[in-house]
Amino acid sequence: MPGSIHSQDPQENDQSMVDAEPETTDPILLDEKRIVVLPGSSETAASFQFEGEGHTMGNALRYAIMKNPAVEFCGYTIPHPSDAKMHLRIQTTDSTTALEALEKGFNDLIDLCDVVTEKFTEERDSFNAERGNRMEA
Amino acid sequence: MAPLVPSQEELQRRRIIGINAETVTNIPSTDFPGHWPGESHSWALDTFKKNFKVEYHRNDPYEASFSLIGLDAAVANAFRRILMAEIPTLAIEYVFVHNNTSVIQDEVLAQRLGLIPLKGSVEGINWMHWFRKPSEDEEGSSAEGPSDYNTIVLHLDVECTKNPNADDDEQDPRKLYNHAHVYAKDISFHPVGRQEQFFVDDGAIRPVNPDILVAKMRPGQKIEMEMHCVKGIGADHAKFSPVATASYRLLPDIKIERPIIGEDAKKFAKCFPKGVIGLEPVTSDEASRSGSGYEGHAGEQKAVVKDAFNDTVSRECLRHEEFQGKVKLGRVRDHFIFNIESTGQFESDVLFLEAVKVMKLKCNRWKRGLHDFMA
Repeated sequence: MPGSIHSQDPQENDQSMVDAEPETTDPILLDEKRIVVLPGSSETAASFQFEGEGHTMGNALRYAIMKNPAVEFCGYTIPHPSDAKMHLRIQTTDSTTALEALEKGFNDLIDLCDVVTEKFTEERDSFNAERGNRMEA
Repeated sequence: MAPLVPSQEELQRRRIIGINAETVTNIPSTDFPGHWPGESHSWALDTFKKNFKVEYHRNDPYEASFSLIGLDAAVANAFRRILMAEIPTLAIEYVFVHNNTSVIQDEVLAQRLGLIPLKGSVEGINWMHWFRKPSEDEEGSSAEGPSDYNTIVLHLDVECTKNPNADDDEQDPRKLYNHAHVYAKDISFHPVGRQEQFFVDDGAIRPVNPDILVAKMRPGQKIEMEMHCVKGIGADHAKFSPVATASYRLLPDIKIERPIIGEDAKKFAKCFPKGVIGLEPVTSDEASRSGSGYEGHAGEQKAVVKDAFNDTVSRECLRHEEFQGKVKLGRVRDHFIFNIESTGQFESDVLFLEAVKVMKLKCNRWKRGLHDFMA
C-alpha cells in the first residue's frame, strides 16, 4: 500500500502512530485509561465508567452491545460535559454477564473494523486501477 | 423456531428516513434484537460482510469521496469523529521570539504560525514520539524535554529592506522592498540528530502551502524566531487535525408516487439541482394502461428521478400545491456519502484507513484494561 502511514513490517501490523511508544508515556491518549465499575452493580447489571472517552466510542460501543440478544438494556451517557468521562450501562439476561457483554461488544467492533478496512482497500484499489486505465486509454 | 425474515419491501421501507415539509420521520435505527417480534437482528459478522459495501466517487490526494453502505450511524460517526480529532499530525507548538519589530504582536504571530499545516516524511512522523512538557515542580519526572524524537525545530529569520533596483514611481510594496511580505515558504527546517535520516529531500518538514501570508513588514523591521513542532491530536487543538473537513451525508431518496406531467414536470425539475430530475415522454403503452394516471397523455413529458445522489434535499418541491401527495422525499439510513479533505500531511484515503485503525486500537486498549480489572 503506497503512502501508508504504517511501516511495512508485518509484525507491526497493529502499530499505529497513536501507539508509537509504550503507553505510560502518552500524555494525551493513554493517561489514566481506566474502566471503573460504578457502585451498585450485580453480575448481570453494571455501569462502567470510561475515563477520557466520549461519544466516539460511547455510541459505537452502545450499538455493538445492543446487537447482542442476551443484552436487555444498554445505554451511554456523558454525565458532565467538562468531565472527560463516559458512563455505559449494561443489563443482561441470566445467560451472560455485563462484563462478558462488554467484551463481546469490543470484539464485534474489532471484527467490524477489519471488514471495513478490507472492503475499503479493495474498492479503492479497483477504483484507482480503473482510473489509471481510463487515463491511459 | 427460526427467526422471522422480513420481506424485501419491509426492509426497504425501514431503510428510508422520511423527510416532510416540517417533520422528519422514522429516525432511529430499529435493527436490534427484540425490537421486531420474532426477528433476529443479532450481530453476525458474515451478514455484515455480505451487506457492507464501499463505492468510490473520487480519490485525489487532498480530497476523497466515497460511500459506505450497510453501516449504522453510530459507527460511521465514530469514524468521522476520529478523523477530525484523534489522528496525530505535526504543528508548531512553541515559538521562541528572539526579535520581532514588525507591527504584528508576538502572540498573534505565534498563533498564526501554529495554524500553518506542515508536511514531511510519513515514516519520520510515525517514528516520532509525543512531546511531554517537563513540569517545573516535579523534579526528575519521566519527561525529558525536547529531543530529536519529539521536537522538530523550524526557524523564521527575515528582515525587510529597501529594494535599490525598484522604479522611482513603484507603488507595490512587494517590489519596492525585499521581504515586505513574509510567507510560509520563508520558514526553514533544521534537522537535528536522527531527523537527518528521516526528513530528507521530499521528506523534509515544510509548509503544505508555501504561499500562506504570515506577516507584513516595512524596511528596518525584522522577525527572528525559533519554532518547535510537536505531534498532537485534533482533540487537543484544531491545528493538529489532519483534515480540513471530514463529513458525511445520507443518500437522498426521491419517490414520485403519482405522475407529474407536462408543464408541472418542468416546474418539478426546477425544484431540484440540475440532473436530479429528468423529463421523458409518456409512452403509448403507459397511456393505454388504465389507472396509471397517464391515460390520454401519450407523448407528453413526465418527470422521472435520474440521479438522486446530487440532490440537496432542499424540500422546495414540497412547498408547491401541485405536487402535494405526488412526491415523497427521504434519505437512506445506512448509505453514508463521506467527503474527506486532507490538510496535506496524509492522503485522504489513507486517513480513513487510519481512522479505522485508531478505532480498532482503542477497542483493543480498552479490552486490555478490562482484562486487568477482571483479574
